Amino acid sequence: MAAPFDLSDDSVIVVIGTGAGGGVLSNELAQRGVSVVALEAGGRYLPEDYVNDEWESFGQLAWLDPRTTSGDWRVARDFSGLPAWIVKAVGGTTTHWAGASLRFQDHEWKAATNYGPVQGANLLDWPIDGAEMAPWYDKAEKKLGVTRTNDMPGLPGCNNYKVFEAGAKKLGYTEVHTGRMAINAQEYDGRMACQQTGFCFQGCKWGAKWSAAYTDIPRGEATGNLEVREKAHVARILHDDSGTVTGVEYFDADGNLQMQKARAVCVAGNSFESPRLLLNSASAMFPDGLANSSGQVGRNYMRHMTGSVYGVFDQPVKMWRGTTMAGIIQDEARHDPSRGFVGGYELETLALGLPFMAAFLDPGGWGREFTTALDAYENMAGMWIVGEDMPQETNRVTLNHEVKDQYGLPVANVHFDDHPNDIAMRNHAYTQGAAIYDAMGATRTLPTPPYPSTHNLGTNRMSENPRDGVVNKWGRTHDIPNLFVSDGSQFTTGAAENPTLTIVALAIRQADHIAGELSRGNL
Amino acid sequence: MTDTKARQGLSRRDLLARSMAAGASFVVGSSFVAATDAAWAMETTALKPETMATLIQMARDIYPHDHLADEYYAIAVKGYDVPEAAGDVEAGIAGLNAAAQGKGHADYLSIGWERDRVDILRGIEDSAFFQQVRGGLVTGLYNQKAVWPLFGYEGESYSKGGYINRGFDDITWL
Repeated sequence: MAAPFDLSDDSVIVVIGTGAGGGVLSNELAQRGVSVVALEAGGRYLPEDYVNDEWESFGQLAWLDPRTTSGDWRVARDFSGLPAWIVKAVGGTTTHWAGASLRFQDHEWKAATNYGPVQGANLLDWPIDGAEMAPWYDKAEKKLGVTRTNDMPGLPGCNNYKVFEAGAKKLGYTEVHTGRMAINAQEYDGRMACQQTGFCFQGCKWGAKWSAAYTDIPRGEATGNLEVREKAHVARILHDDSGTVTGVEYFDADGNLQMQKARAVCVAGNSFESPRLLLNSASAMFPDGLANSSGQVGRNYMRHMTGSVYGVFDQPVKMWRGTTMAGIIQDEARHDPSRGFVGGYELETLALGLPFMAAFLDPGGWGREFTTALDAYENMAGMWIVGEDMPQETNRVTLNHEVKDQYGLPVANVHFDDHPNDIAMRNHAYTQGAAIYDAMGATRTLPTPPYPSTHNLGTNRMSENPRDGVVNKWGRTHDIPNLFVSDGSQFTTGAAENPTLTIVALAIRQADHIAGELSRGNL
Repeated sequence: MTDTKARQGLSRRDLLARSMAAGASFVVGSSFVAATDAAWAMETTALKPETMATLIQMARDIYPHDHLADEYYAIAVKGYDVPEAAGDVEAGIAGLNAAAQGKGHADYLSIGWERDRVDILRGIEDSAFFQQVRGGLVTGLYNQKAVWPLFGYEGESYSKGGYINRGFDDITWL
């Protein structure tokens, strides 16, 4: 295990957050011989601690600190204090994620160029592209053990997948398979194969799904270069008179305020907490928050165009048996404006247990229209829709000074309005999803509204020009050379794909950059 | 039903002797609500028993599942039978009965058709009371492990080794 670093040790890199971004970055830096203090707001839970019970697990892992919401999205009405379903724990949301590991399509790196002007959308090209990212995706896929890459076999299809696949083929879809998943179809990297247990969202008790909690984090600690401080909630990033970051203030597990010095700070608290921290770090020198000369910190919040379709059949499906996200249809992921929207979407199977189905099928719904659907729970198949949503400057994370968290800090308010492109895409996906199940004889289909967001992106966007965004192509803030953003908040646009693989690839690449800059004496 | 099975010291005869029938659904006594067949009974401490009986009926009307016995609804709303909640619940149920009387019924519980009870609930569905009861039922009813098998849901499978050898892909009708 790592020797602890001293609070006054100003040679360390402080990483805030230990999920797909921060957890991977911490380990990758440690492997390169860099000293890292990782500050994690949550506690440490491992497979033996995970609970295969939806609500109990939610209480164990979910980020439940107060947040507020506004805007026309239904989440603001039905789950006003819970805009996101993400995790507060060592390993972050890699504990909860379903495991889908997809590369961006080449055209998605250049959405502004390829989609053209879209009214109300703040589209921008990423300053990087598919060719630049290919070697980093290679490393990420090997780290995660992604099925259907590197000659790894795919997972077997469960009942929910079989309904989905058969319906997709009847509709003429061709890009249908059990996914590229960071879930072992066979033993890999010291972790066992998937036992088709379900409860992927509650933490994999077999360790068959990749999570930073039991891979990158302990491996980083084993180098002696990484110290993870649990239940350490960062309140503020500090800087000196030259505008250089010097350390962070955080509340430790006992609620005492501590100050850790740092050579550089990497923010990876997800797309709500990362901009919140930059804004809460406002000072006389930076009255609008750190790294915010562009005014873009907190803006362009994206959550993917999502939704679900459940189909009810006259015979059992038992969708809860097996991998939660058990397969994918990629035919609609292309950019094809003839469908009435730019960008594309993926269809991926999804299953919820009875308790969460009751909570999320039609939040607020009641009466027989609702209960007859649940009566058919055993005969249900389900899929999730995940597509590219439009970045909008007004969809943003701001500080709500009226509501304070347990440390007295202003909480994040999350404002989101659907863009007309998002609505057109969702309606298209609802129609296609229902058609898939109708083709298999569904007696009823249920177009289900988006859940609290798990894919939270874009609030510290990457840009070529410092005027347009918060960080450069390395995730380094335009304004402050020793301040980095290392999570999904740096996404310029969202693409159609589940974001984790890209967050991991960017983190590995950023570790390489930071280590290089340190050895060159530039940091 | 965990808490109430213990109360089956009350025989059906005792129950009926000590109580008045409330609607067709429940037997209500001086401090308890019971099934008409005495399959279960629930003692009330803070709420009037007829209030609890109405609350149980209201819960069923919000989330009606004909294959679920009343006891699951009773468990789901049992938490309101505490002094902290009783005032709001008594007021809420009084409002429900007033709405029923406004439509010519004796009270909510005596309305024969679900459709007519649901009409009354639609009239109050934006109220804090209705939303509290409905919201509480989402977990209070559907997170009872005892109801899961009644929907076919199997819960956790880790302790049995998952479904890898137990039917994860056993669908036959495709």
